[in-house]
Amino acid sequence: MASGNRSQAVQGYSLIAPPFGYALLVLMAPLLTILAYSFFKDGYLTIIREFTLENYVAVWGDPIFHKIMLRSLGVAALVTLVTVGLAFPVAYFLSFAVSPQRKGMWLFLITIPFWTSYLVRVFLWKVILGYNGVINSGLKSLGIIEEPLTFILYNVNSIVITLAHAYAPFAILPIFIALEKIDRSLLEAGRDLGESRAMTFWRVTLPLAMPGVVAASLIVFIPTIGDYVTPTLIGGGKIPMIANMIQAQMLDLDNRPMGSALAVTAMLIVAILSLIFVALNRRFLKVRQ
Amino acid sequence: MTPSRYDRLEAAKPMIECREVHKYYGDYHALRGIDLTIRAGEFFSLLGPSGCGKTTLLRTIAGFEDITSGVVLIDNKDMAGVAANHRPTNMVFQSYAIFPHLTVAENVGFGLRRDPRSRAEKAAAVEEALAMVGLKGYGARASHALSGGQRQRVALARALILKPKVLLLDEPLSALDRKMREQMQVELIKLQRQVGITFVLVTHDQEEALVMSDRIAVMFEGQIAQLDGPEALYARPASRRVADFIGVMNFLPTRIIGDTPNGVEVDLPGFGRVEIPAANISRANPDDEGPTVGFRPEAVSIVSTGAPTQSRVTEGTIDEVVYYGDMTYYDVRLDGSDGFGAKVRPIRIAMRNVFGREVQEVGARANVSWSPGSLVLFR
Amino acid sequence: MKGRGLHVYALCYLLFLYAPILLLPIFAFNNGTVISFPLKGFTTQWFVQAFENATLRRAVMNSLIIAVSSSVFATCLGIFAARASTRFEFPGKGPMMGLIMLPLVLPEIIVSISLLVVLLSMGITLNIFTVIIGHTLICMPYATVILTTAFNSLDRSLEEAAYDLGETKWSAFRLVILPLVMPGVISSLLMSFTISLDEFIIAFFLAGNEPTLPTYIFSQLRFPKQTPTIMALGTVLVVMSIILLTFAEYFRRRGNARTGANNTGGFL
Repeated sequence: MASGNRSQAVQGYSLIAPPFGYALLVLMAPLLTILAYSFFKDGYLTIIREFTLENYVAVWGDPIFHKIMLRSLGVAALVTLVTVGLAFPVAYFLSFAVSPQRKGMWLFLITIPFWTSYLVRVFLWKVILGYNGVINSGLKSLGIIEEPLTFILYNVNSIVITLAHAYAPFAILPIFIALEKIDRSLLEAGRDLGESRAMTFWRVTLPLAMPGVVAASLIVFIPTIGDYVTPTLIGGGKIPMIANMIQAQMLDLDNRPMGSALAVTAMLIVAILSLIFVALNRRFLKVRQ
Repeated sequence: MTPSRYDRLEAAKPMIECREVHKYYGDYHALRGIDLTIRAGEFFSLLGPSGCGKTTLLRTIAGFEDITSGVVLIDNKDMAGVAANHRPTNMVFQSYAIFPHLTVAENVGFGLRRDPRSRAEKAAAVEEALAMVGLKGYGARASHALSGGQRQRVALARALILKPKVLLLDEPLSALDRKMREQMQVELIKLQRQVGITFVLVTHDQEEALVMSDRIAVMFEGQIAQLDGPEALYARPASRRVADFIGVMNFLPTRIIGDTPNGVEVDLPGFGRVEIPAANISRANPDDEGPTVGFRPEAVSIVSTGAPTQSRVTEGTIDEVVYYGDMTYYDVRLDGSDGFGAKVRPIRIAMRNVFGREVQEVGARANVSWSPGSLVLFR
Repeated sequence: MKGRGLHVYALCYLLFLYAPILLLPIFAFNNGTVISFPLKGFTTQWFVQAFENATLRRAVMNSLIIAVSSSVFATCLGIFAARASTRFEFPGKGPMMGLIMLPLVLPEIIVSISLLVVLLSMGITLNIFTVIIGHTLICMPYATVILTTAFNSLDRSLEEAAYDLGETKWSAFRLVILPLVMPGVISSLLMSFTISLDEFIIAFFLAGNEPTLPTYIFSQLRFPKQTPTIMALGTVLVVMSIILLTFAEYFRRRGNARTGANNTGGFL
């Protein structure tokens, strides 16, 4: 238990070495390989180890890439908006209206669906929203509609519904945590100083909850962009997103340098957008304070 | 005649010796040359404000912290390279560190795991240790159901059952409420007398240190400012800082007239010329505010006019009265105390409220009785 | 008034969350090949059919092997990471922990494709072991989070006390720390098991020709007449997940209660 700084550090390093080494080997090394590949040339079935920017030029000039990337961003943005918008009142309810003893129960109930098989849930939405699916057959047997509703399957709407459902707890938890941190006497102070309930919410609660909203947005936005299962199953393969495109380049077309350049470009775009988003919010929050 | 406790301790062999102990955390100099001898059988306290290094010193003795340089000896053995689990010390932690997954008996018997004695003998030892701290029959209880005072006792029994040469106590009473704390203070003293083990206590509570200790080391910024018995520490603090940390003290600026055979003669506004005895002179005055005379509020008293007294008497006017029930605090502005051109603050006097003595009122005249022996000079 | 409106909204939201899952058993026991209303009557034939399928049995076996192995590996690695991050200070800790947690935010497609490319270029045959490698990686951050809370709620002086009472560092860890974080360890094992059992993308790319439960389900989705069987399988999978999660949550709370930590927040 000698706790000089050096022995602290030595013990710390030797403990963190296995998990860190594992992440280095299984995550970092492959990511770097992808990065390296993206600068190589594709020979048929082989890779020519020669530095080139061709792949990036091709990716950035490819109208299909533009279209798919924009669609992915659009879908992810829409999903984020819907998910966070729907989640905020629930988080607010949990934090302000539920008694402390029952909060754990509510949180547990909300997180459970998230841990059940993602694949099964996505498939279920397909079944629910399908041409002869639960909604259409249900409505038809009730005599409400004659013809099946077609606007709900194989389009962006159905992708948004499915993803919004899948990432719901991701959005609720950060907002809930931010709301929990708000000192309740601040709200009373707001009321005490003559603000209406709505104005107190607008001027005190919402600004203080913003960090949670930002975290929730990022936590939903980033994985939805890279989602593979939903566009494959729900979109019926007709509306591919960026993950499908990467997969196609890498495996179906076996063009690894091109696929790598695609993956790297997509990650860069997401990273830059996220940073801009965080920076804007920081600015916005500072002004408010 | 049996020798007094003080004499016996005076003659006891050293149990813990620290020589020039330094400890750095990176650039932070936590212990700055600690020299210290703690005698066998002593109840010793390390007292100081938070961050003064007292806990670091305790953990250094326990073996939880390496020292950067210097020597720590326990019972004449160099502790360099001896880990905490091989030192003849045991510790009572501030949080008590009662293992929540074990029963009371399992907690107390934790350190006996490697003991070669039989299971029954160990159980008896646990029962005995529990009885010693007043928890007879509590062995089967779950430890998380205990109160603060009971946890403390379990922690004590768990450490003492191993019969260490030194028991280290890290702020053991700080988590208890006032009543419980006072009760445990007395119990700890009794326990220490009973087992005769050297106790080293860390505390930031000066009262606690004064009540319990044979000797106290007051620490500031990684150094020992004064090491003395409680009475000496209280009556003759070695510096203004020590005086200020331990209780309340009046400080008055003074002018030194000159050395006398028995001490130093000073001119003290409101008191006149006073000869301070040599024993009451402290040269440690790092504040550099010029020579200062200090005295405790209860070292002076207000006497009725004309009453016979062997002490010297000075007159003044009562400026403020604060009534505390058992005590009354008076702030008295002494006549002629505006010496050296500077306005001098009124002095604070503490008087015990006894039957038949009226509480004085603001504005009343007061005769202040004092003696040179209760004044301390910081020069 | 406002509170009641929110309450109703929250209940509707829960219904939205659970609607798909609630449909599972309804159609798993429905005697009709098409998933639509009205219902045709009760049957257990889909379950029987499912479990008579040899490929499926193989898939279940593979999934179990993968889930058990990755949960054990991820939890072991998580113990190291959690212990390092809660107990020791050292330069570069933040970035190192960051890399360990990275799979949490990285799209799985990136993780799996990059790993796949490396494995293929190294000439390694894809089988359940390659899936275990991938699953261990994505379960590790979850295990680390759960175990970090478990280690964090421990009073550091407990360990010092054991050491002070004569135990060695290792026996202090075994006698005091391990029993106290045990609920966290179990919780982490169960969580990782559930994640691995349900995980599709990594299994899809890294399993080669070996089926796992999710990839088997995926392969059957193309055939409409298999839909009821999938509903039956899904029911089993979801029920198993919920049971495992309930246990995991129970152990997590018990661990908190034991060490006296306060208890808010779910798994994330």
